[in-house]
Amino acid sequence: MPKVVVDVMPKPEILDPQGKAVLGALPRLGFDGVVDVRQGKRFELEVAGEVTDEVLARVREMAGTLLSNPVIEDFTVHVDAGDPA
Amino acid sequence: MKVGVVTFPGSLDDVDAQRAVRIGGHEAVALWHGDHDLQGVDAVVLPGGFSYGDYLRCGAISRFSPVMTEVVEAAAKGLPVLGICNGFQILCESHLLPGALIRNDHRKFVCRDQRLRIENVSTPWTSSYAEGQEVTIVLKNGEGGFVADTDTLDRLEGEGRVVARYLGDNPNGSLRDIAGITNERGNVVGLMPHPEHAVEDLTGAGTDGLGFFTSLAAATFA
Repeated sequence: MPKVVVDVMPKPEILDPQGKAVLGALPRLGFDGVVDVRQGKRFELEVAGEVTDEVLARVREMAGTLLSNPVIEDFTVHVDAGDPA
Repeated sequence: MKVGVVTFPGSLDDVDAQRAVRIGGHEAVALWHGDHDLQGVDAVVLPGGFSYGDYLRCGAISRFSPVMTEVVEAAAKGLPVLGICNGFQILCESHLLPGALIRNDHRKFVCRDQRLRIENVSTPWTSSYAEGQEVTIVLKNGEGGFVADTDTLDRLEGEGRVVARYLGDNPNGSLRDIAGITNERGNVVGLMPHPEHAVEDLTGAGTDGLGFFTSLAAATFA
C-alpha cells in the first residue's frame, strides 16, 4: 500500500541537543568522520484510496498543524510507493 | 475569584496548583481536559506535568483537547491564563504565546531552587510583585529551553513582555535567559519555573511563588 511520508527536522538555526548527544556518542564507539548530526522524526501515513494532489495537500495541512511545530521545525512530504515488485 | 486548574492526562502539578490557588485566597475549580466547559471561572491555570506523555512534542496533543478550545477563545477575550512548565509549552503550541520550548541545551533534567527577576508586574499574575524584584522558586524541567527567532525576541524585549528572567547560571539554554513571557494583551503568562511549589514555608524554597496567585485579587480589585 502506498504511504505518504512526512519528514520533520529541527530548523537549522534551532539547537538540536539530541543530535548533539548522538554526535558525541559516535566517536566513543569508534565511528569517526561524522562532523554533525541532526535528529528528526519520520511519519508514515497510510491513506485510504489513491494519493491524489488533494490528499497530499491535506497531509501538508496535517504536517503544519500537528506533526510539526513551524516555530522550530521544517517538514517535507513525499509518497513512498513501497518496494517495486 | 474562581480559578480553574486544568487536569490533562499526565498532568502532575494540578493538585499543587489548586492548593496554591486556595492559599492565594481563591476558590480552586478542577477543570477536565475533555470538557468544553470552563465552569464560569475568572482565570485558568495550566499546570505542569507531562500531558499526553509529552508524545510528539510537549504540549502538542494537549493543545487540541476540548478544554483548550475554550481556553483559547476566552484568552482572546481577556481571561487571565497562567501556564506553568508544561502549561507554558501548551500555551506556545496553542500560539497563545510566541516561541517554543525545546530540550535543555545540556540534555539533563534540571531540578533546583532558581533565582528569578520579575520584570513585568503589569500582568494579572505578577501585579503583587515589585518591578525588578528577585525571587527564588522551584525549577524542574527537561524541555525548558525557550527559543524564538531574533525578531520575536527583540519584540518581546521591546514591548516589555519578558515577565521573568533567570538569574545566575542559565539553567536550560533559554535564549536571553527568558523564564517567562506574556502575550500582547498581557493576560496570558507562560512561566517555566513553578511558583505553585513555593507558597508555604513548610516545603520548598519559601513563599516567593505565592505572588503569582495573590496578584489576581490585586489586579481585579485595584
